[in-house]
Amino acid sequence: MSTYSLSDGLASGAPRVSRVPLLTAWVKDSGAGVLASVAWIAFGLSCLWWADVGDWSRTRSLGIAAFVIAAVALFGTVGADYLGSAGKALQKRAPWLVALGAFLTVWELATAKFAWLPLPFFPPPQAIIEVYTDDLPKLLDSVFASVKLQLGGYLIGAAVGFLTGVSIGWSRAVGYWVHPVLRFIGPLPATAWLPIAFFTFPSSWSASTFLIALATGFPVTVLTWSGVASVSKAYYDVARTLGAKPSFLVLKVAIPAALPHVFVGLFMGLGSSFAVLVVAEMIGVKAGLGWYLQWAQGWAAYSNMYAALIVMSLLCSGAITLLFAIRDRLLVWQKGTVKW
Amino acid sequence: MVATALAEAVTHPAAGAALDIEQVSHAFDIDGAELPVLSDVSISVEPGEFVALLGPSGCGKSTLLRLVAGLDKPKAGRLREDDSRITRPHPSRVVVFQDPTLFPWRSVWDNVALGLEAQGILKSQRQRVDDALDLVGLSSFRHAYPHQLSGGMAQRVALARALVNDPRILILDEPLGKLDSLTRITMQAEIVALWQRKGFTTLLVTHDAEEALVLANRVIVFSDRPARVKADIRVDRPYPRHRGDPYLADLRRQILGLLGLDATW
Ligand SMILES: Nc1ncnc2c1ncn2[C@@H]1O[C@H](COP(=O)(O)OP(=O)(O)OP(=O)(O)O)[C@@H](O)[C@H]1O
Ligand SMILES: [Mg+2]
Repeated sequence: MSTYSLSDGLASGAPRVSRVPLLTAWVKDSGAGVLASVAWIAFGLSCLWWADVGDWSRTRSLGIAAFVIAAVALFGTVGADYLGSAGKALQKRAPWLVALGAFLTVWELATAKFAWLPLPFFPPPQAIIEVYTDDLPKLLDSVFASVKLQLGGYLIGAAVGFLTGVSIGWSRAVGYWVHPVLRFIGPLPATAWLPIAFFTFPSSWSASTFLIALATGFPVTVLTWSGVASVSKAYYDVARTLGAKPSFLVLKVAIPAALPHVFVGLFMGLGSSFAVLVVAEMIGVKAGLGWYLQWAQGWAAYSNMYAALIVMSLLCSGAITLLFAIRDRLLVWQKGTVKW
Repeated sequence: MVATALAEAVTHPAAGAALDIEQVSHAFDIDGAELPVLSDVSISVEPGEFVALLGPSGCGKSTLLRLVAGLDKPKAGRLREDDSRITRPHPSRVVVFQDPTLFPWRSVWDNVALGLEAQGILKSQRQRVDDALDLVGLSSFRHAYPHQLSGGMAQRVALARALVNDPRILILDEPLGKLDSLTRITMQAEIVALWQRKGFTTLLVTHDAEEALVLANRVIVFSDRPARVKADIRVDRPYPRHRGDPYLADLRRQILGLLGLDATW
């Protein structure tokens, strides 16, 4: 830099006033990271120090992995300034890393080392890791089958529900016919249709798709409808005086105004369709994570059940997160008007 | 600044239309009981006239404006724009409502573009939206959402949204009611300048007798509900008018008397 500026001189040349505030600042930024690394070292030690009470093949690898994570946590948070946004993200999550490390240590000790919890029902972490490494193909197949079924049913249900909701909200005639049907059929849990659906549909896959669509469609319909119905008449008046045709009123006034409600329906539909998915897979479809759970139970393979449960919860929360991201994109305008 | 913005905005001069309100009566049903709101109102507005409507709160001014806009049908009587009967809304008669009613999901620019978009001519006429925003001095807020605006700014956006359509009849329902007195005076001047340039017919509802007298060349005073035309006053003064003009002060006293306020003033 060729020009001299006052701030340059201050930043490099001025003597440090005091070291104590710096120290507390360091503890505030990196303390949790150091603790996290301590917790994960404890977990690693708990894996390697004592002998397992059972026969598990991944104990050593797990212990080493724990040390690696401890190292990453330590250097990641202490050196966060050099890592940019990744370092900041790690610092923010460090308290959770502490909790997780502590939890895993206790879990390891309570199961694999001292068997405080009855063993086949409470497998140690390494047993679950073993499932992920040794039974991966089958697990991946199941994940793929579940996602395919869920996605197909959910998209169909959401689309049909949205269109039905808009039609009921917009047209009195459609409302007259559809509303009672909705009243009558909607509140029935979709799983109640299961036995009939598996008989009447050509394949268990199409039956399950139908049921998932049904579970999604009902809340989406009702909320889209109430959203469209609650749009202030003043918006229509404004649009009409500006020359809007009915199609414009539906597409550019009713639907955007109803969108926040539609998303509530989509969230509710997602929740209830997960339930249907798992039950349908357990009962009818011979694939997917629900079926994997069922299968594992049949073989008393408890570690497989936990492994599948963890994957399932990751998928479900991933789907919710994705839906949130879509909503945040579409409804940016709402950010200042409501509390998120 | 205002003058240049105005000059740019005048790209589509539209002459005002005549408005005939013939023996219009209207009533609402509230819980089965009939509430008469307008009673035999007849007003004939010349093309390009600026008519202010004054009356006690709740007498039926907004209701009359809705009938003129074509949003509602009168129980009795007829309304005509030039020689065609008013039966439904048309972009040649644009309303600025008492409440700005901006669409919260649209940015300021998109709100102003609403009319052109609804008529399917936005693609070729985007410049008109920019001009209208310039006119109300909100160009720098084009990307803001309505919730980020102050009440007065929102009302100005609503005005821009109306003006961008080049209406032949501009219907204003207390558009300046929420503005601070300074912005209010500026906006009054802008409305007059705009009206003089473009020549549209203007119908302005206001509570403020002084505002009516500064802006309009005709002031119509309504009675209490159901509204009847109580007085129809010509204001033959050149623009720009001065608030202190003794002629206007005299008219103002007269109007306040008609509104039953002679004791207080
Ligand atoms: N949609 C409606 N249904 C029933 N009554 C209505 C409706 N709209 C207006 N009214 C009634 O009609 C009367 C006149 O209302 P209007 O809004 O025209 O008054 P206004 O003269 O504009 O009053 P203000 O100056 O306070 O805006 C009021 O008594 C109101 O209660
Ligand atoms: Mg009113």
